[in-house]
Parts: sequence; structure tokens; C-alpha cells
Amino acid sequence: MSETTINVQDLNLTRKDFVPGNEVRWCPGCGDYSVLANMQKTLPVMGVKKENYAFISGIGCSSRFPYYMDTYGFHSIHGRAPAIASGVKLANPDLAVWIITGDGDGFSIGGNHMIHALRRNIDMNIMLFNNRIYGLTKGQYSPTSQLGMKTKSSPFGSIDRPFNPSAIALGANATFIARALDVDAKGLQESIKRSQRHKGASFIEVYQNCIIFNDGEFGALENKATRPDNALFVVHGEPMIFGKEQDKGIIMKDNHPKVVTLGGDWTEQDLLVHDETNPIITNLLLEMTFDPKNPTPFGVLRAVDAPTYDGMLVDQIKEVTKINGKGTLEDLFYSGDVWEVK
Amino acid sequence: MAKKVISINEATIRFAGDSGDGMQLTGTRFTEATAIVGNDLKTIPNYPSEIRAPLGTLAGVSAFQLMFGSQRVFTPGDLPDTLVAMNPAALKVHLKDLKKGGTILANANAFTDKNLKMATWETNPLTDGSLDGYTVYSMEMSKLVGKALENSDLTSKGIERTKNMFALGVLFWMYNRPIEPTEEWLRKKFAKNPSIAEANITAMKTGFNYGETTEIFTTSYAVEKADLPKGKYRNITGNVAVAYGLVAAAEKAGKELFLGSYPITPASEILHTLSGLRNHGVKTFQAEDEIAGIASAIGASYAGDLAVTTTSGPGMALKTEAIGLAIITELPLVIVNVQRGGPSTGMPTKMEQSDLLQAVHGRNSDAQIPVIAAQDPADCFDCAFEAARVAMKYMTPVILLTDGYLGQGSGPWKIPDPKKLPKIEVHHPDSSARGEDGFMPYARDENETRPWAIPGTPGLEHRIGGLEKENITGMVSQDPENHQLMTDIRARKVENITKDIPPSEIHGDTKGKVLVLGWGSTHGAIHVAVDRARNKGQSVSQMHLRWVSPFPSDLKAICDNFDEILIPEVNSGQLAMLLKAELIRPIHQLNKVRGEPFRAFEIEEKINEILG
Ligand code: SF4
Repeated sequence: MSETTINVQDLNLTRKDFVPGNEVRWCPGCGDYSVLANMQKTLPVMGVKKENYAFISGIGCSSRFPYYMDTYGFHSIHGRAPAIASGVKLANPDLAVWIITGDGDGFSIGGNHMIHALRRNIDMNIMLFNNRIYGLTKGQYSPTSQLGMKTKSSPFGSIDRPFNPSAIALGANATFIARALDVDAKGLQESIKRSQRHKGASFIEVYQNCIIFNDGEFGALENKATRPDNALFVVHGEPMIFGKEQDKGIIMKDNHPKVVTLGGDWTEQDLLVHDETNPIITNLLLEMTFDPKNPTPFGVLRAVDAPTYDGMLVDQIKEVTKINGKGTLEDLFYSGDVWEVK
Repeated sequence: MAKKVISINEATIRFAGDSGDGMQLTGTRFTEATAIVGNDLKTIPNYPSEIRAPLGTLAGVSAFQLMFGSQRVFTPGDLPDTLVAMNPAALKVHLKDLKKGGTILANANAFTDKNLKMATWETNPLTDGSLDGYTVYSMEMSKLVGKALENSDLTSKGIERTKNMFALGVLFWMYNRPIEPTEEWLRKKFAKNPSIAEANITAMKTGFNYGETTEIFTTSYAVEKADLPKGKYRNITGNVAVAYGLVAAAEKAGKELFLGSYPITPASEILHTLSGLRNHGVKTFQAEDEIAGIASAIGASYAGDLAVTTTSGPGMALKTEAIGLAIITELPLVIVNVQRGGPSTGMPTKMEQSDLLQAVHGRNSDAQIPVIAAQDPADCFDCAFEAARVAMKYMTPVILLTDGYLGQGSGPWKIPDPKKLPKIEVHHPDSSARGEDGFMPYARDENETRPWAIPGTPGLEHRIGGLEKENITGMVSQDPENHQLMTDIRARKVENITKDIPPSEIHGDTKGKVLVLGWGSTHGAIHVAVDRARNKGQSVSQMHLRWVSPFPSDLKAICDNFDEILIPEVNSGQLAMLLKAELIRPIHQLNKVRGEPFRAFEIEEKINEILG
């Protein structure tokens, strides 16, 4: 990471340092509040100076986020945050750059920028608030809305097949993919920390409830009581276990993930073990997302090392300068055939 | 028999051949040799729009024209004196432009039945007498290089490919140019493959000696050195000059240069040039699309780089929304549009000046932006430097308009002394800018510009964005009074730039009958036309706009001193439309949209028509 990390004690930052004076204007009960609070809680312990954070967003409810962070912030135009943030990071690699986007902003109008930012592996953090609806424009279906969903622009049910943002991130060869739930503080904080520490483009998909236009979209996941039986929190190197009693696990059967109950025929040894670095495992987890027979996976789904674009740019500048010498205007101007008029 | 050398003042040569015949390279080498001799010159390439049109077809003809002379040369010439035609298609396409009685150098070996048919010649023009009005040098170039290189280890195809060097050699002889620089250049270019270098050199020398010894050539021409201002010169294309101007501005401002760009004809050479300058600290980012090109540049500007995006018309259309963002966030940014024929994909390889209204007004809302236009390839350097300076001084995006003719055409550039280029003052506030109520990102200085506070500065954390902001505090605001105020301030900021525009120069008298008013790449053709008119005793002057938004403050007063105003433009009358609104008086227009620049005589004829 080109961002310099500093001893957390020396920085002496608290949550308050990241809270500006202005009023937060999301709908009461919106899932965005929890994400904001957890971001403000986590950043002080990252070892990054406050002035080195930059939050860049596009358009949508979640894209108001930078106004609610007392950091440098840029609320830009629809879909373009990853491209703007790329320029910010390349201009100043010392900055810890966060992109805040939504399912419409990041995967509809801005889909192209999203996949290329991930592919290039620019060291930035992309947080996608996936509420599977257009909130700011008051309730049209989004590219992640489920088939059949009735919205203002799909009164007879949506006939637009949705896609799975984290699977697209994997397809774009992202080096870090995590998924978290708006109401799960622990999972959010863990994702934010790991993402900020990751060298390269990080992608966090947050399942976020839009209480106004798509309340209950994440059903059993949102509820503390029913969540354990429906969510699988994966940990690198550990078997895939879930359930209120921690009694269920995932095995591989006929090339498909399958839920089994521990005790009886199955032991921990039979279960699949999570491996952040193995794209086959990540893909398998992502395939479980829409499968009602399987729990929905959360946690760090993928984390691999790869050279970053920003790092390679800095290195290339150094390398070429070493070989050719520091360029001067004189060298440049006289690089063609020169003649003199006396 | 000793051969005659005739001294002439100027000459215009057009090289034409199949896309694969290397005409651009041949033209460029002739240009370099001509520059070294000390002539003034201007060049213009003319490519087919297909990358590889079928061999020998009319669509596949590629051409390069230059005019050079012992006096100042302002255009690449109207009609060529000499046409090099490497095949029948090249002759077919370009013969109509050749001056009456002009000279044709043709490769006779390419005039086969098949090629003639493809070029729609019914009989061979080299032998059927149809070229009787011209001086024709029909040479068996392919055969001659074949013979000269029979012992080389090149394949017969490789040998055939050296025929352009033969043609170049003949021209070097005809116009008394040195062959040594090209020899040296070939050895460097083919350093890894010396046999190719030597074969090309042999072909060139064979051509030169062919001129020198064979009896078909009786005369060669000498063009004396031009009386250019003292100094060191090199030949430069407009696109390279833009790149250099930006690098120079960055250095003079103590900034790193960031280019966010997406490849597009005819602007890509700016991206190519800058991406080769890593040792100057230049960061180039080939974005996924035009929008990301400008968006990344806006991000880089926010973070404190001198940021630039480069494109052509269709790309400008895509960048429109982001330009509005740069305007409302009041961030410095240089947007270069190398204009081409449109609308839509239009004519990518042909020039046009038809994006003027798009540049000045083409955005949603009242969104003023300064627009500067370069007048010749060397001027692209100065305009790029100036665009960057103004962008940083006034905290605003600036559009620089050039076009395919300037971008890919070339002319001598008097190399400036880097030490004498003006320093560009840039101020980034530090933590002390934080007052009791916090930092005010939209506080205003005497030019009403806001501070360029960059991320990483402790205590100045603030938010900007596309939503309207309250003046001074930068808080999101939808207040009617504030929006009126901010809209007015944004307009005034652009208007303020008139303070930086020096008094306009008039070529000719400051009062008179006709003022020919132009902008951009029409400068040379207008200049020549005005000079010819003045030599005939006509009361005609020239004024050329560099800033087209805002207009210079002396514009109206100057126009008032002339009875008639003529605006020639390579569009359907866009500057005329703007000026009619500004000056409220009738304006004569001369418009054409044929994908090619004006020829001086076209403007001359229009002047005659006005003067009756
Ligand atoms: S519309 Fe939905 S997503 Fe937007 S602020 Fe309200 S609850 Fe949140």
C-alpha cells in the first residue's frame, strides 16, 4: 500500500472526528445509517490520517454519504465515481480513497467504470449499497431487483433478469470481494478494515434495506433471530458452518454446494473449507446467493495479492526516469531535427 | 549537359499513393529535409478513413501535402505544383487538384491493366496523351529499385517497398534537398535491421542519381532560406505541440501532469506523445471510455494535478455532463477537442470547425466555459500553455479547440527558451486557511475564484459536488437567491478572463472597408488572401480570434472601424451566429464543410465579391 500507515495511538482519532455538523437526511430507518455509523467507528483505528481519506460518490441515496463524513469528499455525477476516484488516487497515491455507490449508480449507469476500476486493481475501496431498488427517484426496479418485482416502472412485475454484483466483481477479476449486511455491525466493521488494508481494488457489497421502497427485501437476513439459519459467515481457512446452533454446514455433492446437519452422518471434516484465494470457492459461494436451498454467504469472499495500477504507475515513472534521466523541457523541445536561423 | 537550376520562391508538393506505399513517411522525410534547409513550410496529411482499404482502390489513397518557401508560408498550399502518384488510383483522385501545367512523377510499373481498371481509368493516362498539358515523369520505380537491390537479402516484396524512397530521392534532387538526414534517420529507425536501412538508402540514392544523370530531368529548383525570426527551430505537428505545451505548463506551475483520455482520431497522438513522457513525471491514463477520460481528469484535478482530457467531437458529446461537473465544482481542467467532420462519427480523418457552438454553449443549463482556439501547429503549444494557465488561475475548465488539420499538419516551431516561459503561480491553501467556523471552500478572491484546497491538507476537509453549493460555505443549497448568485458568479468568472487577453492584433490597417475575422485553423488561408487583396490595393484587414469565449473586450470597437465584416469558417456559420448576437450588425459569411481547409483563393474571391 502506498498509503502510509501510522500508529493508531499517535493519530488520536475518534468517531467524532469523522462526524460533520450537518444533518443526515436519509429516511428514518434507512439501512444507510448503520453503514455510516460503522464507517465512522472503524476509520479512526485504521492508522490513516483523517486528511488522507477521500470519499467519492455518484448519484443516489447512498451517494449522499460523503456529505456525512468529515473527510475530503466529492459527490459527483451518476455512475462516474470509480473513474473520478481513479484520477484522485493516481494524482495522490497517499490518499485512502473510498467510493460509495449503489446498485443503480454502480451497476447500471456506471457499470462500465465499475468493472474497469476492479480489473485495473487501483488501490481503492468500493462500497456498494445494494438495496435492489432505485430509492432517490422514488421506486423503480434496479439491475439487482428480483424478477417479478412490482415497482413504479414495472407495475406488472419486472421482466429484467437481475445480476449478482459480487459475481460481476469476480468476473472483473477483483482482488478483494466482501459482503456485509447493513444491520450487522461486526461484519461491516470487519469488511471495512480488511478492505482498507487490502492493496488493490476492494469491493464490498452491502445488503441495505430501503425501508421506503423495498422494505423487507432481505427478509430473514435482516432479522437477528432468523439470520443465523439463513446466512453463512465465511472465515478464511475455516469450515463453512452456520445455524443458530452452529449445527449446519456446506458440503460438495455432485459438484454443487449442499447443506448438511452436523452430528449424525456428517462431521466438520466433511465440510468445505473457505479459501479467500481460490476463485473456485468464491464462485461457489456466489452461486449460493440466489439459491433458496442454501444460506446467503457473507464475509470476505475473496482476497488475493496482485500488482496495483497505481503502484505500477509510480514504479514505471521511477524506472523510465532511471533509464532516460529526469526529463527537462530542453530535452523535450530539442527532441526533433533542429535547425538554426541566424 | 549541365543541368539548369532555377530559383523559385515557393513550391507545393503532394505525395499520393496507396495506403501501403508509405506516403506519410515520404512526405515527413521531405519535410524534415526542407526544414533543415531553412525554408518556412506547412504540411497537411490526408488519410483514407479505412485503415486498410483494398490495395489499388480510390478509397485506399493516402496523401501528404506540403508547401515550402523562401518567404513566410501560412498554409500547406492551395493547389500542388508537383504531384507524386505512386499508382493509377492516386493519380485519379488527385489530378484534379494539380495546377495547370504542373509536374507529375509517376511509378509507371504500377500502371498495370488491373490497377488502371480499379482506379476507373479506361486507358493508361501515362501513354494515351491525356496528360499532355502537364510535365510528366513516368519512371519505372519498381523495376529500378529491383535492379539496384538485386543483391540485397530483402525479399522481392521488401525491395518493392523501397520504391517510395526512390521517389523521395528524385524529389531531393529536384528541389536540391540534402539526403544525409534521411540516411541517418533510416539507420536509426532500422538499427535492429541494417539490411532494410541500407536497402532504403540505396533506393533513395538511386532516385537521387536518376535525377542527376538521366536526361529526362533537365531542371532542378532551388528555394532559398526563408527569412524567419532568428532562433532555433524544429518541425512540429499541432498534436505534439499541444502535448509539449501541457508538459511545459505543468513544469512552470510546479504541478504533475495527468491525462485521462480515450483513443480517438484525430486526437490520439496527444495521448501517444504524453504516454511516452514518464520521465517527465507525466501520468497518462487510457480510460475505459470518453466519460472516464474526463472523470478521471476531474478527480486528478481535485487531488491537485494539472489535469487534462483530450478528444474529438463525438468524445466531446460524451464528456458534456462531466464538463458541467467541472464548471460547478470550479476545478481547473484543460479539455482539448481536435475537431473533425461530423455529426456523429462523421468524417474522422477530415477536418472541420463545427464544434464551436458545442464548445461555447453545448451543455445543460447556463454553463459558461472559456474557449481558446489555436491558429497553426506551432500556436498549439502556446494555446495549450495558456489554456492550462487560465484554468489554474481562474479555477475553471477551459476548452482548447484545434482540428485535424492543425493536429496532424505541421510547420516550423521556433523553440522557446524554457527559462523564459512565464511561471504559473498556483496557490493551495494550507491548514491556516481554516477559520473559526471551519474552512470555506467557496470563499472568493479578487477574481471571484475559490481556493484549490487539496485532499491531504490537514484541517481543510470539505465536500464538493454536482449539487449547487452555497457561496462561501460550500454547503448544499437549493436556495433561489444563492442559485442566482452562483450562476452569476460562474458567468463573471469567465468574463473576467478578458483581463488576461492582450489587445487584438490587426493585420493590415485598423480602419477600412473589409475586416476578415476568423478563428482557429483558417488563419493561414485568410492571411494569404488578405495579403493578396492588399497587394491589389483593396482595403482589407485581418483579425483572428484566439479566445472565442469570452470575446476580447476590444472586438466591438475594432469591428466598428470597418464597413463590412467577413467570417470564413469551415462550418455552416457558427462564429457568425455568435457575433451577430454580439455585434448586432450584418455579417458576410463564407462557409464550407467539405472536410478540407479553405484555400486562399476561395477567400480572395469572396473579398472581391464583397468589394464588387
Ligand atoms: S429511499 Fe430508501 S434507500 Fe433512500 S434514504 Fe430512503 S430508505 Fe434509504
